[in-house]
Parts: sequence; structure tokens; C-alpha cells
Amino acid sequence: MAVTYEPVNTTTLTSAAASVTFSSIPATYTDLYLVAQMQNTGSLQRIDLRFNSDSGSNYSVTRVYGSGSTAVSDRFANASGIDIAYVATSGWCIANHSIMNYANTTTYKSIVGRWNSEGNSGYTVGLVGLWRSTAAITSIALIPAGVNFASGSTFTLYGIKAA
Amino acid sequence: MQILAGVGAAELGDFESIATTTVGSGGSSSITFSSIPATYKHLQLRFLARNSGDNISARATFNSDSSSVYTLHELYGDGNSALAAAQTGIAYYPTGLVGPNSSSGVFSVSVTDILDYADTNKFKTARTLTGYDINGGTGYVELTSGVWRSTSAISSITIVPNAGNFVQYSHFALYGIKG
Repeated sequence: MAVTYEPVNTTTLTSAAASVTFSSIPATYTDLYLVAQMQNTGSLQRIDLRFNSDSGSNYSVTRVYGSGSTAVSDRFANASGIDIAYVATSGWCIANHSIMNYANTTTYKSIVGRWNSEGNSGYTVGLVGLWRSTAAITSIALIPAGVNFASGSTFTLYGIKAA
Repeated sequence: MQILAGVGAAELGDFESIATTTVGSGGSSSITFSSIPATYKHLQLRFLARNSGDNISARATFNSDSSSVYTLHELYGDGNSALAAAQTGIAYYPTGLVGPNSSSGVFSVSVTDILDYADTNKFKTARTLTGYDINGGTGYVELTSGVWRSTSAISSITIVPNAGNFVQYSHFALYGIKG
């Protein structure tokens, strides 16, 4: 059996950063898997995921989540990124997202994943996101809205091959 | 911060591809992974799928067992409400949602973990995270867990849509995770 699960790259921030980008992603895998543990330097803010530097209104997301009381579901359309997490300065947010068939040039690109945070604002969230593009994904950017990622935040992108 | 891909990549040896299939232009009414070796600790099924109609459920049976020995619990959201449900005595494990034909270009995504699939002392437990988004229309995200009340080792998995066919470019991959 072939080995099929590989780290494409990983980083731990040693200083605050306005964004994190994985670029020049090879097309040699079937799926990508993003793992992040994040804090920011300001108030609770969303993290946008963008592909191939596309900041157009081509993204959407459907979520189901709980924050300590009643479970909720919501969705956002025509957004400028997929809202993949909310991050604050207290506690850590952990996020795991699969980006399926990222290199195909036929289908729109969908992601499925979850994130959790503890601290002053705790959430557990499942989500599905869509990028309405048939382009192969070659770069992935994570961008906190209006704040920076804090030092110590870690980001790893894995590639998963099929048989 | 800019991170260049491919620098210092190292192989991980505990996650292996068992088989994969992509649906061709004629569509497919079912996908079967057979002769699954018992050499792993867990299985992971990953798929991206779309239906020939607006039938949005994919159902898995293990070892061709379609008797009423499966149960499920699920938490799901449709963008407006969060709901939970449970069923007992059903004939399949609901292994994911499937993109509806009426939503152009949209395929669903699904990841299912099947734990201790070869352990002959345990009923088999699975969990799934799945869904599809259609940019403001009614999409779904769903967390599911279920049990196949059998102690048999899983040696085959068959996946069918609740109606219609899987369409071209639907893609199914089965992985083994070593313990």
C-alpha cells in the first residue's frame, strides 16, 4: 500500500501576522486537510479562507453550532471568503477542514470541517463551505478580519492521495 | 506570512489508500469497496458526490447486510434551524449527503470514520461529517454517528443514493488507518 497522507507544509508563528498563506500547492493529491490552532491579537473575529487570491463574492457557507445554549444553524452567501473559524485572544481555536478534490477543474470546490474554541467565547461548529470556481486550488490564505494572528498560532496543510 | 509548499515534506506511514473510484459519464447506482483487508485499526471513507435527481442521501451497508440492524443519531443544520434526530432498526448507515441535481456545479462532501472495523468483539461504530452548500439556498451540514449491530469484521462497504444515481465526477476513496 502506498503512503498517502503527507504534510505539505507547516508553520508556527513567531510574531503576529495579518494572514497565513500556503502557496504553490502541488496538484498531486486528492484532498487537502488543514489543521490550525489559533489566537488573535484583538477582539473575537472571524477567519476567512480564500483560494487562489480570489477576494470576489464567490464563497458561501452553511454552519451548525452550539455556544453553550441552544444549537443554531445559519448560512452566508456571496461572501469574500469562507468563514472557517472565530478566534479571540483568550483560549485557543482549533480548526480542521477537508478541502475535497481541490485540483480538479470540473466541479466547484467544497470544504467540510469543524472548529472549536474555549475561553471567554466558546463554540463548537460544523460547517460546509463552497467556492464557486472550477479552477484548481494552488494557494490557500487564512485572513483574520481586522486583527492579526497571535504569535504561537500553528498551521499545517496535509495532502491526501487516493489509490 | 507566506509559506511555500513542498519544503521539507515528510511521509506519514499510518494512513494508507485502499481504493478509490470516480464515477464515469454514465453515472453509477452504487459504489462498492470489497475485499477490505483487516490489517488496519480504523477506516476513513471520503467522498464528493452529486445525484442525478434531487435525492440527497447516501446510504452505506456493511458486508451486504441490509437487515434492520443499524441505528443513527444526527445533528444537522439547514442554514435556518439546528435539528437533531435518531433512528433505530434501519437497514443502512447514512454515510453522507449528496449534492442535488438542481444546484448547478455543487457536489456534497463527506468524511466518515469507521472505528475498529475489524474487531470481532465489538459492534461497529461510525461517525460522519457531511454536507453541501449552495450559496444562499438550502444547504445542509450534518454530524452523524451510528452503529452496525454486528461483531463481524467489515470486509465490504456498499454505498447507494436513496434514489437516482451518482453522477459523473463523483469520487469515493477508502483509507486505512494503522493502530
